[in-house]
Amino acid sequence: MSRVLRVRLFWAAAAVFAVAFAAACTGLPRFGTLSHPYGARAIAAAFHQRTANTVSSVNFDQRAFDTLGEESILFAAVLGGLVLLRRARDERLGGVRRGRVLPATRLFGSVLLPITLLTGVYIVAHGQLSPGGGFQGGVILATGLHLAYVAADYGVLKAIRPLAVFDVADAVGAGAFVGLGLVGLAVGAAYLQNVLPLGTFGQLSSGGLVPVINAAVGLEVGSGVVVLLAGFLDQAVEINSPDEQDNRTGR
Amino acid sequence: MSGTDAISEYLIAACLLLVTVTATVAALTRDPMRQALVLAMLGLGLTLLFTVLQAPDVALSQLGVGTAVTPLLIMLTVRKVRRSAVQRRDGERQR
Repeated sequence: MSRVLRVRLFWAAAAVFAVAFAAACTGLPRFGTLSHPYGARAIAAAFHQRTANTVSSVNFDQRAFDTLGEESILFAAVLGGLVLLRRARDERLGGVRRGRVLPATRLFGSVLLPITLLTGVYIVAHGQLSPGGGFQGGVILATGLHLAYVAADYGVLKAIRPLAVFDVADAVGAGAFVGLGLVGLAVGAAYLQNVLPLGTFGQLSSGGLVPVINAAVGLEVGSGVVVLLAGFLDQAVEINSPDEQDNRTGR
Repeated sequence: MSGTDAISEYLIAACLLLVTVTATVAALTRDPMRQALVLAMLGLGLTLLFTVLQAPDVALSQLGVGTAVTPLLIMLTVRKVRRSAVQRRDGERQR
């Protein structure tokens, strides 16, 4: 297909899309109206399940099966990333140069590392009460850990990040979500149905299955992001591709 | 319309403008390293937008993934590719 034809085809498709999209947008409800049919029903259901954070109630109780699908996508994506980033047969490990870190950066990292990890745990644990949950808290935990790389060097990060443990934790978190669904089946209810005691509204232990699944998701997301970043970091910092080795021996 | 409603509408408009501008800049930036930084700014803009639209859960996810993890992955990839390219060029010069 020639270039002119391709450009013409693009403009024709873009024009059709623009007209159809504009027509579809006129049928949308107005921005910021007071009536939210789905929201009203979701909030009523969340109150009934004694889960203060309606978003968590939707994600991990009312539509937990959808979330299981999303978590599986994340798990598969991390797995695929690791397969692509693994050290190939012709790649060699090179030494990591120790970086120079400004004292202010070192202090910043040392102070913020524990605070960030604590924030991550807080957000995972309070998912059923306040904004956040396993996914958000897991990402904070995983990125917070990498402050060690910013404040010190790659060796320190590797020391506080035993990859074998995180590999297993990723799989255990994903498996725990699937397994927790079976609790419903075991007591004669539906898969992933919230059958645990619901507790008192607004308490840390409220929401039945919601905080438990949140913890499993936090474990999976946190470990998954850590091992994925480790794959990227190894390639960027430590692993030498064949062309880099040729050069090294040539020197 | 009460005063607070008007203020929040202005905030939403400002955030939408910020997101539009940073997204356009991100699309027009050609250097991947700079693009990663602009992408982080875009993530921050989206976080603000989600916050003023009263979606704090999504804002938190956006802050973690869009502002920290995605730009970091891009920068690490660029570093790996550039390291290979620079060393390949040096190697050819020596031969």
